[in-house]
Amino acid sequence: MLSALLVMALGAIILGGALGFAAVKFRVEGDPLVEKIDSILPQTQCGQCGYPGCRPYAQAIANGDAEINCCPPGGEDGIRRLADLLGREFKPLSGEHGIEKPRSVAVIDENVCIGCTLCIQACPVDAIVGAAKQMHTVIAPQCTGCELCVEPCPVDCIAMKPIAETVDNWKWKYPVFEITPRKAA
Amino acid sequence: MSRRLFSFHGGVKPAYHKAPSILQPIQAAPLPAEFVIPLHQSIGGIPRPTVTVGERVRKGQMVGAPDGNVTSAVHASTSGLVKAMEMRRMPHTSGLSALCVILEPDGRDEWIDHAPVPWREMSPNAVRDILRDSGVVGLGGAVFPSYLKVNPGKRGHLDTLVINGAECEPFITCDDMQMRERPEGVVRGAGILRDLTQAARVLVGIEDNKPEAIAAMKAAIERTGEERLEVVAVPTRYPAGGAKQLIRVLTGIEVPHGKRSTDYGVQCFNTGTAHAIHDALELGRPMISRIVTVAGNVERPGNFEVRFGTPMRELVALCGPKPDTDRLIMGGPMMGFRMPGDEVPVVKATNCVLVGSPAMFPPPPPEMPCIRCGECVKACPADLTPFEMYWFSRAKLFGKAQEYHLFDCIECGCCAYVCPSRIPLVDYYRFAKSEIWAREQEKAAADQARDYYEFRLAREEREKQEKAAKLAAKAAETKAKLAGQATADGAAAAEDAHKALIASAMGKAKTQQDAVRPRNTDSLTPEQQAQVAEAEARRTANTEAKSDA
Repeated sequence: MLSALLVMALGAIILGGALGFAAVKFRVEGDPLVEKIDSILPQTQCGQCGYPGCRPYAQAIANGDAEINCCPPGGEDGIRRLADLLGREFKPLSGEHGIEKPRSVAVIDENVCIGCTLCIQACPVDAIVGAAKQMHTVIAPQCTGCELCVEPCPVDCIAMKPIAETVDNWKWKYPVFEITPRKAA
Repeated sequence: MSRRLFSFHGGVKPAYHKAPSILQPIQAAPLPAEFVIPLHQSIGGIPRPTVTVGERVRKGQMVGAPDGNVTSAVHASTSGLVKAMEMRRMPHTSGLSALCVILEPDGRDEWIDHAPVPWREMSPNAVRDILRDSGVVGLGGAVFPSYLKVNPGKRGHLDTLVINGAECEPFITCDDMQMRERPEGVVRGAGILRDLTQAARVLVGIEDNKPEAIAAMKAAIERTGEERLEVVAVPTRYPAGGAKQLIRVLTGIEVPHGKRSTDYGVQCFNTGTAHAIHDALELGRPMISRIVTVAGNVERPGNFEVRFGTPMRELVALCGPKPDTDRLIMGGPMMGFRMPGDEVPVVKATNCVLVGSPAMFPPPPPEMPCIRCGECVKACPADLTPFEMYWFSRAKLFGKAQEYHLFDCIECGCCAYVCPSRIPLVDYYRFAKSEIWAREQEKAAADQARDYYEFRLAREEREKQEKAAKLAAKAAETKAKLAGQATADGAAAAEDAHKALIASAMGKAKTQQDAVRPRNTDSLTPEQQAQVAEAEARRTANTEAKSDA
């Protein structure tokens, strides 16, 4: 009887020790769920979801404070992937946060630009270069299309231009076949 | 001497249709009214234009300079006038446009100054730069810049250099005709490649349905006296001309998933590429033309030496297209792409222009459900399970499709050829591949944006801290100064010192203020005063007008 108790107690102590050691040694920094959500979000850092950037929104989703359908740049595809990850129900994009638009980049009309640097301060990814009273320009490959620079511009010289389809970024379409042949128009 | 050959898995034996286009010798295609030379004709970066509109260029002059790590130059196909630089439709399924140099020939066809390159005395890197600037790319269809492949690999030498003259796709006979009529160039090119890659031996693989080409190549090796070069007849089976398949047949080496053949001491070049390398180094001529087969629904099929930028319409017209022609296909019937129109130019990737009609290519029968019969698995030369990849591509489960090695698929079309349900399997793989590429690019862009954003946040935080630290340092300095005065004058004097400090600061401010004055509105002439008043009046009038509006 006693030996049985001792054996069990000993087991408990050893396992407890191992678990305690593992908890310290293999501690995970940060919340892995937030990382996973953040990797799905498009990283435009546009703030349309109502949070200051993608990571805070990911944090809010992980905490259960935010819905998964508040990210217009991520679009329907993004919501589906979030729903898959979190085991939540798919919801259409909530209209109050904006609508899904084709991917675009900001273009500064360099003849109109007065060099006020307001857009440089607004850009979350440092994709605009320029200096005070010097012309500014957008580094197109670095632009996420967040539109945050459009509002502050005092002379309205920034336009959002959708990324055109070229031979290099063209995608093969999903094969679709007509069951009945189309009638000649 | 008979060499032991190996076999690759699967493959099919379609009807070859090669006989009609080998009746005529290779003819030079005439100069068209205008050349449409796309700047982007190879894998990799888009070349930078080096000519301006209105400029006269000579044949072989560079019009697009290589730009980036993987890139290749583009040259003028003849001498003439650069009429425009504009967007023209590409020989691409999408029918989209890209930047082209429009060249109007002057008929003189003057070469730039060119001379043989003393490549034997040059460093390997210098030779590679010449190949890049000569625009030599793989002519087998993938148009990968050749200079990147002319490389002995990590081990410093190759065991086997494979020259690919298998030409397994139906209708296409351009390599066959080139080997028959110009075998010396191919053999000498193979010799150059052997020396550049330090290869121990060179095997020229030719399908055994081209006995004339095999004989011509053997004779050329005798004549030129090139060493360690051997012509090997390989069994005719589609796709024996796939690089991995031919390497397998000739050497028995199976290049595993995710590895390169150079890791196993093998590299593969097309016969046309070997000839182009010979031209670039021994003659100093950049690549401006290639041999193109025109076959299918035409009266006189044949092979032509076509300069890049020639509109396909003018090329096809030489062969007399039959009246029911309704489509052009670039490449063969198995792997070719349907062209969006007949005005698109011949480019470096164009090995064949297949002219089609509704009778030749009837509309595909309706797709039936996959019955998992496994015929596609038996036919797949890349040892894949096409039907599994099909299920996952169709369901858009791209991760699973990749687990089944979707990217090892060479899109040869064997699976679709044997499918009893007539499923266009390759269309699904192409869709899945381009979707996965797009997602990977999006992911890379998102990761980059995240890095930039985090860096910006960190920078803002650092700037804030630096500012705070500066302020604190300044405050401490003032305090120390005060404390020093206080200890000197005693505690009682501390308050006076403080007051004095304030007084001096106020004095400083006052002198500064005085310095700022006089303003520009002070001490004006009456004339200027009047102007100012006028401007003021105009401004008030304006604001009133605005508020009224």
